[in-house]
Amino acid sequence: MDKKRRGLRTWVQLAWTALTNGYVQGFTSGTIWKGPSKAYCVPGLNCYSCPGALGACPLGALQSTLASGRARTALYVLGFLMFIGAALGRFVCGWLCPFGLVQDLLHKIPFVRKLRRLPGEKWLRRIKYLLLIGFVILLPLFAVDAFGQGSPWFCKYVCPSGTLLAGWPLAAVNPMLRDVLGFLFAWKSLLLILLIVLSLLVYRPFCRYLCPLGAIYGLLNPISLYRLKVDAHRCTSCGHCQSACKLDIPVWQRPNSVECIRCGDCLQACPTGAITSTPAQLRRACRGRS
Amino acid sequence: MKNVRAFLPTLLVLGLGAALMVVGTRLGGRDAVFMKAVNLCLECVGIG
Repeated sequence: MDKKRRGLRTWVQLAWTALTNGYVQGFTSGTIWKGPSKAYCVPGLNCYSCPGALGACPLGALQSTLASGRARTALYVLGFLMFIGAALGRFVCGWLCPFGLVQDLLHKIPFVRKLRRLPGEKWLRRIKYLLLIGFVILLPLFAVDAFGQGSPWFCKYVCPSGTLLAGWPLAAVNPMLRDVLGFLFAWKSLLLILLIVLSLLVYRPFCRYLCPLGAIYGLLNPISLYRLKVDAHRCTSCGHCQSACKLDIPVWQRPNSVECIRCGDCLQACPTGAITSTPAQLRRACRGRS
Repeated sequence: MKNVRAFLPTLLVLGLGAALMVVGTRLGGRDAVFMKAVNLCLECVGIG
């Protein structure tokens, strides 16, 4: 059942990535989709400059609207983040984010040594909140040019998903873009390569330490519709859930941690069935009534 | 009743989120995003 669930999650990730990046022609022509669906956000970190992207990245959309000097039009994006966060929380990270899928696949590659955590883990995990406040909100809003226009700072200087899904494919196919690449592209490529290497060592380093979108959804984990519950009567505090959790979360103590990406590994690892998710709780409630 | 109370914050945030999406769209909330998407986001690609 454990392998089946893991397999199901990978297939859902692959299918969702294919569905939301289905403009195949973009990869061959070096252009992006400009149709009406691009005005709508998709839940995960999916750069809208990705040649195949059919929707907009909510983080990029937020920075874009804040930087455009039309902050009131960020209402749609803010509403989207609240709605998806309240519905799913970081389930998006575990099941619907293309860059999450990339890190999952990279971590499956056998490497010399796998680490459960990096030194300074507690402090590293706070960087994503600093990036959210600084690079996603404040800098696009206030670091403006003479015309009052800002820049999407996180997209421009940090986002590895944009480099992998947009920068590298477009540069590979579009010679005009290749001619104007410079230091910024080199810097972002270096960051991406560093994260690729880290992904071989530790599980989901970008999600854990750097992703501002995960930071937003994580804050809503404790109240999202999809949540975990630990039955105190069944729990024996054996710690199997924490051992199974690749993010090293003590699930039996913090089932709705802001770090949890809802992969479900803990659900299967619990020997007493003490941990349940919302769908399982609903099934039990229905069986109880019937 | 207990279950409804447990999900009350969730329902409030869901409702607020949905309302913001509707209001934002009616106010042209998609415009800035759509305009950006018509032109390639050069910053995202690593140019500029």
